[in-house]
Amino acid sequence: MAAGTHYLPGLTQTNQPSVQTSDDAAGYYELGDKLVDPHAPTGPIAERWTTRKFENRLVNPANRRKLDIIIVGTGLAGGAAAATLGEAGYNVKSFCYQDSPRRAHSIAAQGGINAAKNYREDGDSTYRLFYDTVKGGDYRSRESNVYRLAEVSANIIDQCVAQGVPFAREYGGLLDNRSFGGVQVSRTFYARGQTGQQLLIGAYQAMERQVAAGTVQQFTRHEMLDLIVVDGKARGIVARDMVTGDIETHLADVVVLASGGYGNVFYLSTNAMGSNVMAAWRAHRKGAYMANPCYTQIHPTCIPISGAHQSKLTLMSESLRNDGRIWVPKKAEDCDKDPRDIPEEDRDYYLERIYPSFGNLVPRDIASRAAKYMCDEGRGVGPAIEEQQPDGTTKMVRRGVYLDFADAIKRLGKDGVEEKYDNLLDMYERITGENPYEVPMRIYPAVHYVMGGLWVDYELRSNIDGLFVTGEANFSDHGANRLGASALMQGLADGYFVLPNTIREYLADGPFDKIDESHPEVKAALDAVNERVAKLMSINGTRSVESIHKELGSIMWEYCGMERTEEGLKLAIEKIKELRKEFWTNVRVLGSPDSLNQDLEKANRVADFIELGELMCIDALNRRESCGGHFRAESQTEDGEALRHDDEFAYVAAWEWGGDSNEGGKPILHKEDLIYTAIELKQRSYK
Amino acid sequence: MAVSGLLFIGFVLGHMYGNLKAFAGEDSFNEYAHHLRELGEPMLPHEGFLWIMRVGLIVAVIVHIACAAILASRAAKARPVKYVAKKNVGSSISSRTMRWGGVTILVFIVWHLLNFTIVKINPSNGDTGGSNPYALVVDTFDLWWMTVIYLLAMVALGLHLHHGTFSSLQTLGLTNSATSRARARAAGWVVAIVVAGGFSLVPLSVLVGIIEK
Amino acid sequence: MKVTLKVWRQENAAAQGAMHTYELDGVSSDMSFLEMLDLLNEQLVTNGEEPVAFDSDCREGICGMCSLMINGQAHGPEVTTTCQLHMRSFNDGDTITIEPWRAEPFPVLKDLVVDRSAFDRIIQAGGYISANTGSAPEANSVPAPRDKAMRAFNVATCIGCGACVAACPNGSASLFLGAKITHLGELPQGQPERWSRVVDMVGQHDHEGFGGCTNIGECAAACPKEIPLDVISQLNKDLRTALKNGH
Repeated sequence: MAAGTHYLPGLTQTNQPSVQTSDDAAGYYELGDKLVDPHAPTGPIAERWTTRKFENRLVNPANRRKLDIIIVGTGLAGGAAAATLGEAGYNVKSFCYQDSPRRAHSIAAQGGINAAKNYREDGDSTYRLFYDTVKGGDYRSRESNVYRLAEVSANIIDQCVAQGVPFAREYGGLLDNRSFGGVQVSRTFYARGQTGQQLLIGAYQAMERQVAAGTVQQFTRHEMLDLIVVDGKARGIVARDMVTGDIETHLADVVVLASGGYGNVFYLSTNAMGSNVMAAWRAHRKGAYMANPCYTQIHPTCIPISGAHQSKLTLMSESLRNDGRIWVPKKAEDCDKDPRDIPEEDRDYYLERIYPSFGNLVPRDIASRAAKYMCDEGRGVGPAIEEQQPDGTTKMVRRGVYLDFADAIKRLGKDGVEEKYDNLLDMYERITGENPYEVPMRIYPAVHYVMGGLWVDYELRSNIDGLFVTGEANFSDHGANRLGASALMQGLADGYFVLPNTIREYLADGPFDKIDESHPEVKAALDAVNERVAKLMSINGTRSVESIHKELGSIMWEYCGMERTEEGLKLAIEKIKELRKEFWTNVRVLGSPDSLNQDLEKANRVADFIELGELMCIDALNRRESCGGHFRAESQTEDGEALRHDDEFAYVAAWEWGGDSNEGGKPILHKEDLIYTAIELKQRSYK
Repeated sequence: MAVSGLLFIGFVLGHMYGNLKAFAGEDSFNEYAHHLRELGEPMLPHEGFLWIMRVGLIVAVIVHIACAAILASRAAKARPVKYVAKKNVGSSISSRTMRWGGVTILVFIVWHLLNFTIVKINPSNGDTGGSNPYALVVDTFDLWWMTVIYLLAMVALGLHLHHGTFSSLQTLGLTNSATSRARARAAGWVVAIVVAGGFSLVPLSVLVGIIEK
Repeated sequence: MKVTLKVWRQENAAAQGAMHTYELDGVSSDMSFLEMLDLLNEQLVTNGEEPVAFDSDCREGICGMCSLMINGQAHGPEVTTTCQLHMRSFNDGDTITIEPWRAEPFPVLKDLVVDRSAFDRIIQAGGYISANTGSAPEANSVPAPRDKAMRAFNVATCIGCGACVAACPNGSASLFLGAKITHLGELPQGQPERWSRVVDMVGQHDHEGFGGCTNIGECAAACPKEIPLDVISQLNKDLRTALKNGH
């Protein structure tokens, strides 16, 4: 332990910068310079954010209306930011691909939002939320960012209540809380199973208020197709009006990407159909670093796949794990029996057995992998579905485990269960046609959230000047794994409280020189987009965009899903390269580019997913350790638990675009060391 | 619309009460009709009360029809392209027939006024009616087809009241919970059955001979 | 199973549209309705025909992006969104008529896609509580009675899909309007702007060209979130009180 290195002067470090000795991805990448957060705060952790807010310069209210801000995305991070910056008096232009800002996928979050309010006096505190989040993220996040997140969490609840978000309340009229996945305190605020919806509607209404006030202009059914960078600064975007097909340029002093996550690279995920990586990927190709792209969260409680026609997967809030018990039959021959006929002694409540202290509430990655193993062992339940094996053969596998409410119904009564989980259980019945009050539900893990995203510093700035990234689109707060009920917290923290305080430091130097559409860089960006659209329309091959997306998804799920191996990832990279060629020579996009054309929209998105998929595999290949949502089979303990290698990998992998891989380009890896001063790194154990 | 509608409900209830006087015999009925003209004297001039009622009702009719016309025109503008297929699942027949039912009732009222108030047409002998309203009633409903016309009108009125009663309470904001809504629905049934049923009693009784001259 | 689909096709907002008939085989009863349309589109693309445009996003019944009038019912025969409707609700050999929402304030953009921005403008007119970021008091400083908070929540579940307008014979958006008025009006935080909110929102609703409410009740029956008709009564009551008080 060495004190006072250049990382955080005056503070004691609890770990040393790691030195990577393995090099699984050799040949697939170039090693670039180390990366240091230029805006990392110093001082005691609890004072860093307060100090920063004070040190960041202010923007004169009279100047604010001369400053234009583009925000891409209207979820919690984007919508909250648009509202707040509009209230402050800036000129905000807000973009979303949906028909209304209220549709953004934050709306689908069910369970709740964490906040260190300690209303239950059960030992919660800002520090504990911070600690839990860093630990839950398997020590792969920046402690300054996480502490700030925990710090502003309490303000979020205040703000949302003031906006009229109808949180659950107790009989006395005060706010109710519950405990949520992997946490032993009750700090999760909720609005039945629709917390995301209620929070998003709150942000949306605040934003619409600013639209009425004239500070926010909203551009719905507009999709960002490129970032405009002028003299090294992000100055605007190229967007397609999805109704008329017009390719437009929008210019501003600063650009904020709040465009969400890229889970749809797996084709099947709990993301919305339209969720995509294009905004982030276009920025990446313009120089923004993509950080930790391989960190994917697989959510343990989703409704299993019913057949090849499946277009998306539906999540059941993991709050169900508070009262439901997860099991599979002890004997494989029981798997096709009616679960109610399987006696207690023949059931294996495997999470309670393996993790006696956390039981069914172990973190998401552990619960997910355990389910996969049960099914791999042949003890899965539900319909058997044909699966392709790595050797090309196929096999029928049951992918599902039981989540049983029988005990909860005995304990709480049917009414008690209904009041807590009614809408979730209804949704389950609607999708599967089975009544969960009578038959145990079947669940299986599905891709849900990505912790990776564009690299940002403490101020949420990317490495491109004037490009800020918030919410799921950035990589910053969750490390290698996100705790339940923390996505909503991060989105709103970034949107309401962090970005508005950091963006002013950048904008204090503005307004920047006015540019217009005749600027060569702007024209070049516009031409490039037009060319790409024309190219997509002209291939006129034989394969639908959808079929190529499905193929990409199955490659990613098989080789870059819950368990990853060196061999599998290398194979996946080759397959993706092939698929990319196939796409650009054989895709078929019908209709006209000059009108609403959903096929063209999809083609644009899938083209970027393919490139991202390759980078995810390279990142996963390089990181020969298991941490959080990233599990490398080569790095596990004797009893099959994830094994981290802090000595090699306690760093953020920030990837720079190195050119098209089909033309010999290789991504460039920049490592940002993760140095802890407030927390000591420990090997995670939930046993 | 709701307020004028509630006025009509009050009016038809009173009107129906008067009609039922026919069961008390010719004198009683005629005396009631005569008394209506003297009501409020000497504070009001002769027929003063009736004229207040008439003016009030005419204003209410104009308001009611004007509101209906505005609503109908807004509805037509709000959906210029019709559905190829459209099912009704949440609505009653009465709620969907308010417009045609209203027009039917209006046409009926015109005839009804010619029949009993303005011209006093006696359809059985073609004369215009004299000062014996009871005789006019009996002469009219002794004709089976007149009774049928009146009964059909009462069906239209019953349907109109069934939805109208609930709808006016809802429009006035008095049905803010599931229970109050159920109560308003029940009120619609009661008003519809009492009014339409009550009005139908007299013509039916004349036709089958319970009421005769 | 095999179905016959009659689908509204329309090139763009200005074009004339018409119903087109397609035969679709290989439909599984476990498919969602939209997955069935995905299958249709896959078949159309294979045949070199342009796929049918329709809106959907979350496909889990919460974003409100999906729509469709299915056999004359908004979101089809079940009380749910189109994305949560499954083909097990239909029979082999059925003919299914699929149309866009029909309302003047919801113009058709293409095929089954309509423009619902009128709803955003209604919210802009007053469907919010003015609380600038940072100005909020401590969350538990204002208790909200549990029953009122529950009612607020129950109606705040509105997803803004527009089924109420689509189903209403008058083309009225009163259920949407009433849900927001009731949501914000039941909470202590919503009181200061309560009366101006209802007047402004109703004004915008009428300005957009939605029809007037005649309390028919098709809206509540079509609502995938089962918002009850009493929100319209609440809307009327609030409007009456507001007008009486000179707002």
